[in-house]
Amino acid sequence: MASEILVRISGLRKTFGAHRVLDGVTLDVRAGEAVALLGANGAGKTTLLKILATLVRPTRGAAAIAGHDCARQPEAVRRLIGLVAHGAHVYEDLTARENLRFWAGLAGLRVAADGLTAALADVELERYADVRVRTFSAGMRRRLSLARFALTPPRVLLLDEPSAGLDQRGKKWLEEYLQAFKTRGGAIVMATHSFGRELGIADRIAILAAGAIALDTPRAGLGADDVQRLYALHTENGS
Amino acid sequence: MVVWKDLLVERRSKETLNALFFFSLLLLFVFQFTLGPDRERLAAVLPGLLWLGFILSGLLGLGRTFQVERENDCWEGLLLAPGDKSAIFVGKLAGNLVLMLVVEAVLVAMFVVFFNVDVGGTWAALALVIVLGTVGFAAVGTLFAAMTAQVRARELLFPVLLLPVQVPVLLATVKATEAVLLGEPLGAVANWLQLLGAADLIYVVVGVLTFEFVLEG
Repeated sequence: MASEILVRISGLRKTFGAHRVLDGVTLDVRAGEAVALLGANGAGKTTLLKILATLVRPTRGAAAIAGHDCARQPEAVRRLIGLVAHGAHVYEDLTARENLRFWAGLAGLRVAADGLTAALADVELERYADVRVRTFSAGMRRRLSLARFALTPPRVLLLDEPSAGLDQRGKKWLEEYLQAFKTRGGAIVMATHSFGRELGIADRIAILAAGAIALDTPRAGLGADDVQRLYALHTENGS
Repeated sequence: MVVWKDLLVERRSKETLNALFFFSLLLLFVFQFTLGPDRERLAAVLPGLLWLGFILSGLLGLGRTFQVERENDCWEGLLLAPGDKSAIFVGKLAGNLVLMLVVEAVLVAMFVVFFNVDVGGTWAALALVIVLGTVGFAAVGTLFAAMTAQVRARELLFPVLLLPVQVPVLLATVKATEAVLLGEPLGAVANWLQLLGAADLIYVVVGVLTFEFVLEG
């Protein structure tokens, strides 16, 4: 039996003034599946993620997470998603543990100190639990951002350039983390410019050009060169 | 959680408090130089000056309310947090109230020293007027700081939007403060206090009811 569709996007359009960023995007992502969104700068990858995250309302069409409409049922959608975007949603003058305590409290959870430590251990930050985030590297911030999801596990992860600023070790760690998330039945939508390691966890590659999905293909069997060739073909033809 | 986080961040960074203390001190020097030793003129303008100090320092402090949320896209995080968004407003308002009241207490103490004002017998009444005035000021200020947090000309827009709405609060606080400093009983300014109380209630309720829409933009 096919797994449940967790992300359903149909005929999605988004315009900013006269500028049409998305124009008829249709895409499904199933539980346990990861889709990498590729596209040139300004292709609308971030806008698409923001619509799924309920931060931007679509002009036309629909986007839904586990059957909940992103525009009409944002509260239900917010309980199902985890967004990791350019900012890591962390406060510089709080420690890692205090950041987690704050976000857990805001979500209505009372988490004991052990629970917070376990969440930090999940992202290998337990040694830095009482260190202020101001001193953290980009990779550590990204990990702290992901640690929140151990307290309020999402069903869908929305990632915008997740490996930006990470070193090789950080990228490997992220790959393993996302792989484990998929194995637990989560769905991932990931916007990226990378043709390399980051695509390793993707089951499908979707190329966004001229506001629409120009290509949606399984990644299996495609090397970095193949992806680069397809990207060049579709973004040049499409944009 | 919000008030705990805001006060902890402020305790560690001390950005707002330090700036407000120095700003208040500078204001007092300016007032002192402008007014000179003329006691009669001072008595007439003191309530206005006191509230001018509160308002100017409040504008600086309130305008920074959401600055910490703009770093690292924490604003997005607040928006995505499940649950009642009005709790965020109440938390932000409480944090602002604590900061403003601390600064105001220091300002009053400095007024007493700089202008040789006697508040010995009237401190409780003065405190009541200041708290009532500050609640109204902080409630609208917190809401408008959220409204303008994501716009480019926020430093300009914030006071332009805030001050006209504050007219009833300012009028009532200055009149009540004047009466209290002249040694009149609170009963003599009951009407102004009622106006202040009503304005506070309206501003807080409007903030609680509308904050979610403001946050969603």
